[in-house]
Parts: sequence; structure tokens; C-alpha cells
Amino acid sequence: MSSSLDLPPKGEFSFDLCRRNAMLESKGLKAPTFLKTGTTIVGLVFQDGVILGADTRATEGPIVADKNCEKIHYMAPNIYCCGAGTAADTEAVTDMVSSQLQLHRYHTGRESRVVTALTLLKKHLFNYQGHVSAALVLGGVDITGPHLHTIYPHGSTDTLPFATMGSGSLAAMSVFESKYKESLSRDEGIQLVVEAISAGIFNDLGSGSNVDVCVITKGHKDYLRNHLLPNPRTYVNPKGFTFPKKTEVLSTKITPLKEVEVIEGDAMEIA
Amino acid sequence: MSIFEYNGSAVVAMVGKNCFAIASDRRLGVQLQTIATDFQRIFKIHDKLFIALSGLATDAQTLYQRLVFRHKLYQLREERDMKPETFASLVSALLYEKRFGPYFCQPVIAGLGDGDKPFICTMDCLGAKELAKDFVVSGTASESLYGACEAMFKPDMEPEELFETISQALQSSVDRDCLSGWGGHVYVVTPTEVTERILKGRMD
Repeated sequence: MSSSLDLPPKGEFSFDLCRRNAMLESKGLKAPTFLKTGTTIVGLVFQDGVILGADTRATEGPIVADKNCEKIHYMAPNIYCCGAGTAADTEAVTDMVSSQLQLHRYHTGRESRVVTALTLLKKHLFNYQGHVSAALVLGGVDITGPHLHTIYPHGSTDTLPFATMGSGSLAAMSVFESKYKESLSRDEGIQLVVEAISAGIFNDLGSGSNVDVCVITKGHKDYLRNHLLPNPRTYVNPKGFTFPKKTEVLSTKITPLKEVEVIEGDAMEIA
Repeated sequence: MSIFEYNGSAVVAMVGKNCFAIASDRRLGVQLQTIATDFQRIFKIHDKLFIALSGLATDAQTLYQRLVFRHKLYQLREERDMKPETFASLVSALLYEKRFGPYFCQPVIAGLGDGDKPFICTMDCLGAKELAKDFVVSGTASESLYGACEAMFKPDMEPEELFETISQALQSSVDRDCLSGWGGHVYVVTPTEVTERILKGRMD
């Protein structure tokens, strides 16, 4: 038996289809587009902690694939991360680092620090030289205080009081640059984040649908999923669709599902 | 031509009231030539879990064989069937493993989870999961399918109405796509039975 057996290699990428894919491309078959999150993601530091915000549109080329996806990923109870770029990469990298942080928490017996997550993420992304296309806004509150960082696909990071990433970042940054100030209150902070994301939703074609907000303070977090729904569907036909001409069926096969019966056996006797 | 357009496919799954429906077209082509009109795209993993694979047919078959293998191992170890959410994570992991040399497949997974609650999800060819509460689509006819499902879908449909809706959405979308069609294959799954129907469609 050859070594192409399906037992999973321990967590590495496997490159065994690369040759075949390169051959297909040389024959003129273009590679497919991946699910991207066009996105507007933002973060800001306010007086008690960090607020993260994101839109909820996922695109596949010019088509909207998901109208309500989740872009704010859980990393640790006190750390969340927004992701832009190739959706599979942001999900995989945040899941992976989240697991690594959990193992680290078990190892050290302490709450995770934001810089730990930062270092784990930037190491992974730099290792793959930007081919893992994930642009992240990482925010959290740990024992040393509130922290907000941005991480670029090639592995560079910035530490900032307010940050935006994604295709809608310019629209959101314009709102932040004009209205941000130090020591915002919680409500002012949420209001500013919602305005920035809305600027992205309405002005950038790669961002849309709803606004998700996550407020992280010392010892507490509030994940406000779909905090604002500025794009409801207004054209619902109350009568619904009726099909006057029924579908023609060539054959039908009905398989009843067996009910699984759990038979309690006798208790084992150890004489 | 894109790799996804080599064989042509159309897959859609919809959620109803305590049931789900998954449908696909039946054409297998080599670019513009049709070579089969009874190609199986929807596969059963266990009684209450189905996966449909659109995209390159050879990768769809290979991926299906690997998934059945992994599910059988799981059944032996855990002595039960896999839940749909777990299965979706497995498919996502298998696809992401090949991040830089991917399988050219877009799976659509549909199943009944705990308490017979319907679960559907789709992924791109790298394994980015997209969970939906209403419908998911995949394949060369996906743009038309998005439009048709968006218009025709209603929440909480009974199995008969769900079958009619998903069939109409599938047929109207593949009729506008040269690379898919030649009939339809629809499975409607409720907690008590699985109904498999072959649809009569335009054969062009």
C-alpha cells in the first residue's frame, strides 16, 4: 500500500495535489475563486477595555455567498479576533491559535494574554510568507490592560488605539479619524464602532448586511451578534410563490427510517 | 474555462419544518460534451446525513470515498453515527489540509441533528464553512440558484411543499445553465422516512 493512505498527517498542510493542479492550469483550466470576506472590520480601545466590530457579508467573486456570516472569532474568554481575507484561512488560523491558547492556559494555569495570541498568529502567518491570506484585528483585555493589534497576511503587526482592516477600511477609518478621542465611554464607543462599520457597509461593495459588535472589559465580555440590522428584506411577497404547473416526477422511492431501539441488558453480576 | 466548469453541476439544499431537502442535477460532461445523464452527486453518509459534491467529478468521487472511510472508522470507535455539525467540521478540515493544492469540490452537507433539527451548510473548495438557516447552493448554476431560492423560499415548509419548491428552484436555474441539467435528483428527509425522486427535465 502506498503512503497516500488517509490517516491524517498531524496538522500539516498536504501538498500532494499541487502537481496535478498545476497540470490542469497549464491545460487552460483556471483555478476557482475562494470565499473571501470583502469586509469591514474595526477595533477601538475605550476607557474600560476594547470594542471590536465587523460587517456580516461573505463574497465569492461578485456574488454574495453568505448574508450573515460571523467574522468576530473567539480566541479566549478575554480575547476576540476579527478576520478579513480568504474565509477558510481566517477561520482555520483563529481556530488553531484558539486551541493553542487553551493548551497554554492548561499548562500555565493563567488567563491568556493578548500578546501571546499575537505572537502565535504572526509566527504562523510569516511562516507561510503571506500565502495564508488572513488580515486580522485582535483585541482583548488581560492582566496588563486592554490591547488592540492588527496583523497583516505577511506577518507584520501594529499596536494601535483604533484600527480598521478589509476592503471597507478606508470608509471606516475616515469615521474613526474624525470622531475618535481617548477615554470614550462604553456607549460612545459602541456608537462610534457602529458608525464606522455602517460607513463600510453602505460605501464599500465588499461589505454589507448587518453589524456585529463585541465589547471586552476586565473579566467580562458582551458579544452583540447582529447588533444592528440596517438592511432588512423589504420585498417579501405575503402570498408567497405558487406553482401552477407541478414538477414532473419520473420515479419515487420511499425508504422508511428504522427506529433505533436501545434494549437495556441485565446488569452484569460479579459474584 | 474554469476547473469548476469542466464537468458542470448544480446542487441545492433547503430547510423545512423538521425536514430538509437536497437536490442535484444529473449531467456529467467533459466541457461541452455530455457523457452521462444519470450521474450521482448526492451521497448518503448515514440515514440522516447526506452530502452533495459539486465541481470536478473526479475530486467529488475521491473526496466521497475518503469521507465514507473516515465515517466508518468513527462508527467503529464511537459506536454511533456522526452528527451533521461534526461531519461538517471533518469535511472542512480535510479540504483545508489541501489549502495550497485543493480538491476542486464544493460540498453541500444536509442532515438531521440532535432532536431531528435540520442542519445545512456549504463550503468553498478550501473548507470555509457557511452555515445557513434557509438554503445553500453550489455548482455552475449557483448564481441562478441564489436568485431562484431567494425568491421561492419560505420558512417552515412541510415536506411536500418543500419538495415542490426545491424542484422548481433547481429546474428553473439549470434551464439557464448550459453545463448542468438533464433531469434532477431530489431527496426529502424527515425523521421517519427518506423520499428519493427523479425529476423529468429538459434534456438539452
